[in-house]
Amino acid sequence: MKIIVCIKQVPDTKGGVKFNPDGTLDRAAMLAIMNPDDKAGLEAALRLKDQYGAEVTVLTMGLPKAADALREALAMGADKAVLVTDRVLGGADTWATSTTIAGAIRNLDYDLIITGRQAIDGDTAQVGPQIAEHLQLPVISYAQDLKVEGDKVIVQRQYDDRYHVVEAKMPCLVTALSELNPPRYMTPGGIFDACKAEITTWGRADLKDVEDCNLGLNGSPTKIAKASDKVRKGAGEKIVPDSPSDGVKYIVEKLSEKHVI
Amino acid sequence: MDFTLNKEHEMARTLFKEFAENEAKPLAQEVDEKEMFPRETVDKMAKYGFLGIPVPKEFGGQGCDILTYVMCVEELSKVCGTSGVIVSAHTSLCVDPIMTFGTPEQKAKYLVPLAKGEKLGAFGLTEPGAGTDAQGQQTKAVLDGDEWVLNGSKCFITNGKEADVYVIFAVTGKIEKKGRVMKEISAFIVEKGTPGFTFGTKENKMGIRGSSTYELIFTDCRIPKENLLGQQGKGFNIAMHTLDGGRIGIAAQALGIAEGALERTIAYTKERKQFGKSISAFQNTQFQLADMATKVEAAKMLVYKAALKKQEYVTNPKVSYSVEAAMAKLYAAEVAMEVTTKAVQLHGGYGYIREYEVERMMRDAKITEIYEGTSEVQRMVISANILK
Amino acid sequence: MSLEEYKDVYVFAQQVDGEISGISYELLGKAKDLAAALGQKVVAVLLGYNVKGLADSLAEYGADKVIVVDDKELEVYRTEPYAHGLASVINEFKPEIMLVGATAIGRDLGPTVSARVATGLTADCTQLDIGDFPLVAIPGKESEQKHNQLLMTRPAFGGNTIATIACPNNRPQMATVRPGVMQKIEPIKGAKAEVVDYNPGFTPDNRYVTVKEVVKAVSDTVDIMNAKILVSGGRGVGSPENFKILEDLAAVLGGEVSCSRAVVDSGWKPKDLQVGQTGKTVRPHVYFAIGISGAIQHVAGMEESDIIIAINKDEDAPIFDVADYGIVGDLNKIVPELTESIKKALAEK
Repeated sequence: MKIIVCIKQVPDTKGGVKFNPDGTLDRAAMLAIMNPDDKAGLEAALRLKDQYGAEVTVLTMGLPKAADALREALAMGADKAVLVTDRVLGGADTWATSTTIAGAIRNLDYDLIITGRQAIDGDTAQVGPQIAEHLQLPVISYAQDLKVEGDKVIVQRQYDDRYHVVEAKMPCLVTALSELNPPRYMTPGGIFDACKAEITTWGRADLKDVEDCNLGLNGSPTKIAKASDKVRKGAGEKIVPDSPSDGVKYIVEKLSEKHVI
Repeated sequence: MDFTLNKEHEMARTLFKEFAENEAKPLAQEVDEKEMFPRETVDKMAKYGFLGIPVPKEFGGQGCDILTYVMCVEELSKVCGTSGVIVSAHTSLCVDPIMTFGTPEQKAKYLVPLAKGEKLGAFGLTEPGAGTDAQGQQTKAVLDGDEWVLNGSKCFITNGKEADVYVIFAVTGKIEKKGRVMKEISAFIVEKGTPGFTFGTKENKMGIRGSSTYELIFTDCRIPKENLLGQQGKGFNIAMHTLDGGRIGIAAQALGIAEGALERTIAYTKERKQFGKSISAFQNTQFQLADMATKVEAAKMLVYKAALKKQEYVTNPKVSYSVEAAMAKLYAAEVAMEVTTKAVQLHGGYGYIREYEVERMMRDAKITEIYEGTSEVQRMVISANILK
Repeated sequence: MSLEEYKDVYVFAQQVDGEISGISYELLGKAKDLAAALGQKVVAVLLGYNVKGLADSLAEYGADKVIVVDDKELEVYRTEPYAHGLASVINEFKPEIMLVGATAIGRDLGPTVSARVATGLTADCTQLDIGDFPLVAIPGKESEQKHNQLLMTRPAFGGNTIATIACPNNRPQMATVRPGVMQKIEPIKGAKAEVVDYNPGFTPDNRYVTVKEVVKAVSDTVDIMNAKILVSGGRGVGSPENFKILEDLAAVLGGEVSCSRAVVDSGWKPKDLQVGQTGKTVRPHVYFAIGISGAIQHVAGMEESDIIIAINKDEDAPIFDVADYGIVGDLNKIVPELTESIKKALAEK
């Protein structure tokens, strides 16, 4: 079995986000990590590898430094890594990104493609299903559990108040939720091997069956009109009451003032 | 000359940091208070190869270098001194001598499972009457047919009751050296469960309280002849070689404890407000932190340098790393004690309270000035070298 | 493709088990504003099996026209028949704007359909306006500025940044919209819409997956997104047992209890009560934040509440930066006393 896992290197937003003085995001000040949903997807692939001896290829699109995320994946146990990087691919929205990744995947053999549900920087959850659309594959999003039986995947597909047990014939694409499974750590030896491993690097010319008009900033149907640090609602009143009773009195007053009670 | 870490070391640091934060840190307080050996953490470390970092892959190890191992002990010790010393004692004091002096059969039988973390290692040299002075050894080994018969006891043994494989030193005879009669010391590999090998007192310690420090007792304990490690009579050299390496591990532990205390103190002094401002806004705090950070950095340089020197030895056994190891341990241990003491002081009353970790770190730091050669022994090693 | 051929504001009328999802009404409410600004109509697209009867309620909430795609294949949501259905409607009827709820269904259907009809899609929008793109004309290129564009605003980076996005050269302009953000209208009883039946034909192929089982979450918890008053607790509440004092307060006010992520992570409360970036977005009339520090991820899910009351012992807790009324103090003392006071106040009335 051959599995492709699509991963993305993202800034770690866990400890808060840092901004430049001009209000733009200070990406350099934030740690670059492998997107959590993608990591859960990679773990799912590695478990299938442990179980069935699958070959796991990780693929990412990004700046050359995104190779770090690929090395992390190799150090966790992935077998091969592909970096798609090219200046003409920059500024892509989800349409152009999925077009690019599909163009790269057309060069590879696979039974199963796993992507994360969404990345913590863009939070779009669009690239996975769009890759499936470009490749004409069945897609199962929001996987909270994933099993393989013969040539089929059996997935628990999460919805708001339920899940569906869904079966699809491979090849297909599954998008993974972080809940899918806690990812393993790298191993020290895996790290040393990963740093020596060769990472296949592809540019625009290596993409199969894609047109320039669908790539990069120019090939993106959506355009950013404005981006800014979020303007928040200002603080209201804050009191430090002398006693809890004073605090209670204050709240009750406000609630009656606003006709809540 | 280059002070930047390469990619693999940066990645390894990230790994150890993440592991320490997620796995070791949440248990650190309980490990300390209940004197609980962190078996769960050790099992996870085994699974991820942390117990065989500098061992070649052919022996079940990770095939990494000494610096990677040092960073592992350092990061674990930042959050839990007990976890740091468990890895250090296992790797430096048990895995290393078997890797260096073991026969191919011994390596297959002991090194592989130790490096894979299937078994945990310990080292028994110290006795009630033989600490710094190895000649004070009382434990005896007598060859009887195909077996060595051990009698005696060892004390203060890290990983004591939790280990599976022990490197034990014992007197195997007498030799004359320059007219003086001296004890001939040899090294042995002893497995837990060997009849006649039992455990004595569990020590109730000031710090590193989860590390399972026990007395080992040998009463007519018979081990196979082939469990002699290295040549008969070479025990003292093996012990000294092993301790040179062990000192790098303990230096890494001391460094980690100091870094952990410094990190917490920086965070605390930013948060803690007195007289309407953070205490980090006071010059006394600032200067104290500056001194602490500078010393920690200097300790780190010495520890990493010793690691690189030992790495050189791996490919060229003529290289000695004894002085570098002694300097690293001496300095890092004293910095750990100083930094943790100042950390407690900067925390004020909270520093004296259990929840605030620096109190534990201060207790953990003290042992690094004592075990695997006291600071005084390190000064002897260093001065002997510069005065020769 | 001539962009002028595309008109009207379309809404994907999500239904599950023959019941229209709340998001569909919210989208209709917003679509009405947008359609008014454009001088166009609001069209609901209803996909399902035996769902035609739902068209009237869509009309009551603002649909001028309802396109019904009714087919046995659409009985349970699956990406493929639904994507085929919606993409076919788009190709046939050519909407100017296509809105889909950013639900677990919409965030799967939206991307698939947008890729199929080759247009842009903006995810999880929290604000939609009609305006110019670029917002300000580039000097010397005034004629290139496009008017009457859908401007889609959405948070990113876990709510830390906000971006406004347009889709000037492709149609339809597609967006998924975050549930709980847009306002539905007061239903107009008896309102009727033009109902159009359309079936593009469904032929199962390899992309049709099999739903082997539908497992509904067994939960008697309430939907916090519809609560008028939420009493929300964070790690500061201290223990699962101590949520009792919050439940008591919620009970006297006729509200519900919700919580922060820390509480869910600690296993004190189920995930469906979680407010925030990775939980639910709520906009109740009153939101009590009790023992909640106010991490940005939490604030992103509740800052639209009409009145925010925060109780926290940490004077510097960021929750006070968004609270209308902040009380620094011990929640264990304040909350039970508050419950009693409110009880008394209500009894006096």
